[in-house]
Amino acid sequence: MKNCILAGVGGQGTVLASKLIAQTAMEAGKFARTAETIGMAQRGGSVVSHVRIGQTAEDVSSPMLPLGSADLLIGFEPAEAVRTLPYLKKGGAAVVSVKGVQPVTATLSGKSYDVSAMLSYLREQVPNLVEVDTEAICEACGSSKVANVALLGAAAACGALGLTVKEVEAALERRLPAKFLDMNRKALAQGAEAYQGANLK
Amino acid sequence: MAKELLMGNQAIAAGAIRAGVGVVAGYPGTPSTETLETVAARNPGDIYVEWSTNEKAALEVAAGAALSGVRSLVTMKQVGLNVASDPLMSLAYIGVKGGMVVLAADDPGPISSQTEQDTRQFAEFANLPVFDPSSPEEAYRMIQDAFEYSEKYGTPVLFRPTTRVCHGCASIDLDGQRKKPAAGNFEKDPKWVIFPKLSFQSHLKINARQPVLAEDFSGYWGNVLTPGSGKKGIAAGGVSWAYLKEAISLLGADCRLLKIGTSNPFPERLALEFLDGLDEVLVVEELSPVIERALVHLAGRKHLPVEIFGRQTGHITGAGENTVESVKKAVAEFLEISFEETAAAEPPALPVRPPVLCAGCPHRASFYAVKQAAKGVKSVFCGDIGCYTLGNAMPLDMVDTCLCMGAGITMAQGIRRAAPDTKTFAFVGDSTFFASGITGVVNAVYNETDMTLIVLDNSTTAMTGHQPHPGTGKTMMGEVTEKISIPKVLEAVGVKKVLTVNPLQLDQAIAAVREAMAEKGVSAVIFQSPCIAVVKPDRPVRVDTDKCVGCRKCIREIGCPALELDGKKVRVEPSACTGCGLCTQICPVSAIEKEE
Repeated sequence: MKNCILAGVGGQGTVLASKLIAQTAMEAGKFARTAETIGMAQRGGSVVSHVRIGQTAEDVSSPMLPLGSADLLIGFEPAEAVRTLPYLKKGGAAVVSVKGVQPVTATLSGKSYDVSAMLSYLREQVPNLVEVDTEAICEACGSSKVANVALLGAAAACGALGLTVKEVEAALERRLPAKFLDMNRKALAQGAEAYQGANLK
Repeated sequence: MAKELLMGNQAIAAGAIRAGVGVVAGYPGTPSTETLETVAARNPGDIYVEWSTNEKAALEVAAGAALSGVRSLVTMKQVGLNVASDPLMSLAYIGVKGGMVVLAADDPGPISSQTEQDTRQFAEFANLPVFDPSSPEEAYRMIQDAFEYSEKYGTPVLFRPTTRVCHGCASIDLDGQRKKPAAGNFEKDPKWVIFPKLSFQSHLKINARQPVLAEDFSGYWGNVLTPGSGKKGIAAGGVSWAYLKEAISLLGADCRLLKIGTSNPFPERLALEFLDGLDEVLVVEELSPVIERALVHLAGRKHLPVEIFGRQTGHITGAGENTVESVKKAVAEFLEISFEETAAAEPPALPVRPPVLCAGCPHRASFYAVKQAAKGVKSVFCGDIGCYTLGNAMPLDMVDTCLCMGAGITMAQGIRRAAPDTKTFAFVGDSTFFASGITGVVNAVYNETDMTLIVLDNSTTAMTGHQPHPGTGKTMMGEVTEKISIPKVLEAVGVKKVLTVNPLQLDQAIAAVREAMAEKGVSAVIFQSPCIAVVKPDRPVRVDTDKCVGCRKCIREIGCPALELDGKKVRVEPSACTGCGLCTQICPVSAIEKEE
């Protein structure tokens, strides 16, 4: 059984990413279950997606995973990654975008929250941390919308879910319109490279 | 068999299609919306699908179809059932010919709703059978049974998934042959006309039917008794059943379990079998203690020496969702099993991140224009249901009331009557205007109440994911129809001053509000600008750092999420900015400009 939690800010594409993971797992013959945040929180609020992969439905009865059970945390935003860290199990891996999204409440108070403090906390807490410069990847791919796929690339490459980059790519191909495919393939590959880079450290 | 990853709502739609549904109507509402959308998307061509103007209309459309012998489905969120309760209560007496399922999705938490009401209680109130699936895959099967039961007993049935079932995905086998929708034929019969005498006779029939149906449900696959050891048992329903199974397996516990998938009429025979010989029972459910009360009632009637714990006794949380953790804790305490609670490290202070109006949302400009125009005037701003409820957040702070669909318009009138020195404004979205706003406007015109109506027309039902409505000129059957004009409707019901303006033209927008405010009686400003999610964004604006004086007026006044601080100055996050240009009109030193 594999558990994955995705955390981000409404509008960052967590729902699509969780579906892609579940679909990839299904295509590999597994049973997949997800729980999504849909509704008001999608307007810039904190959003969380849960993905659970088992052999059969009985392996994963709850749609939301228990605390301390995630094999992988995919953080689309550093503070949101910290917020959901209690879901990560001991020895679990985390793939996190290093780009912070400032909430309006922080900007209004005149004090942006400290993104680097979140990142150092994550480094302290998670030995298997992969940091992804999604902003650079988005720029290289020519779209601000591919950060989720870049994170998926790193997530697949790190192996925590038992899915390969090739399998995710195949799921992408089945799901995305042809005109967006090249750009997303590139983002996926660059995300996977971010994992290799992290390994070299 | 075709295996698909389906969201609960999609699974319900697929099940309804397979069951031969012929007419589907509904009104969007989280967490129910994707059900009707999926029927439309997968329509084999012989199903009529519509977004109705509101839930009452939808239920009546579906009732008409069911009386004509066609299987019908009506979809809504739980509070929508309040709107549709008038026809539903009567329909319970009249009954149906074709199977009719009323899907009302409950929202424990609540996550995206005003209330934590429980549709299972509504089923008791209306004397209707109710199905309560515990997973998307179960929902796929249960919706098909719901149609069968409806036809078998000639009654509409309620189907109530909750958010975690609606918005959870699962691998589902879509099996077998689809039943074709029946050809409709309305056969005239006095039984379709409700009169007091008929209601009395129907009431007797319903009373006689309940125990028969309860017995039927005692053998239904959705209600399950699992044997186990000891004198303690646990009962659960809905998604709480999934949490319970997981908690039991995590704790390695063993006891007798009862799953209730149809709480009304309560499957008493099965429940008695469960209670037999038990000393204590824990009931795990969300929202109202429906199963718990049914068991207490049954145990009392049969003088069973069993104690029953749950929401009523504080053993299960009385508000909000259950989780695997909360259920695990309750089960461990109940069965006296010790377990280690995972202690998490103390994280650094996290920023709060409530939902906000999107960057570039035209509602921000509309609220800001009204705020400017009403400066210095004692005013109350009545809000309503939709994305624009988020206008309550700082710094806009422009929503003083929010109650239910359409209520802002009429509450503004009551406030004015109670406090005549107060200028009242009512904000309503285009979809809400059609759903339940028009009667409120007529009320104000008729009673000559002074108020200014602000229609936020973004050409879609945005909050629930961009559904068409009567003002968009598109239907769920893919047809292009005449757009119903909001200004024409307002003029027709007697609103004397009706102004239409683009809120992103700030000066004109403020001037229009001032003009409307000056009018006696009912006046209206229609702010027309499409939702940013349905149009291509403009090029982002940027801050000329040489000109920016760091006064932060833009941030303080409108709080757009694309505006960030960069040291002392302001920067625009280009991936978020849609180029709406509102901030460029607010900057006192013209430091924010559109790129050419």
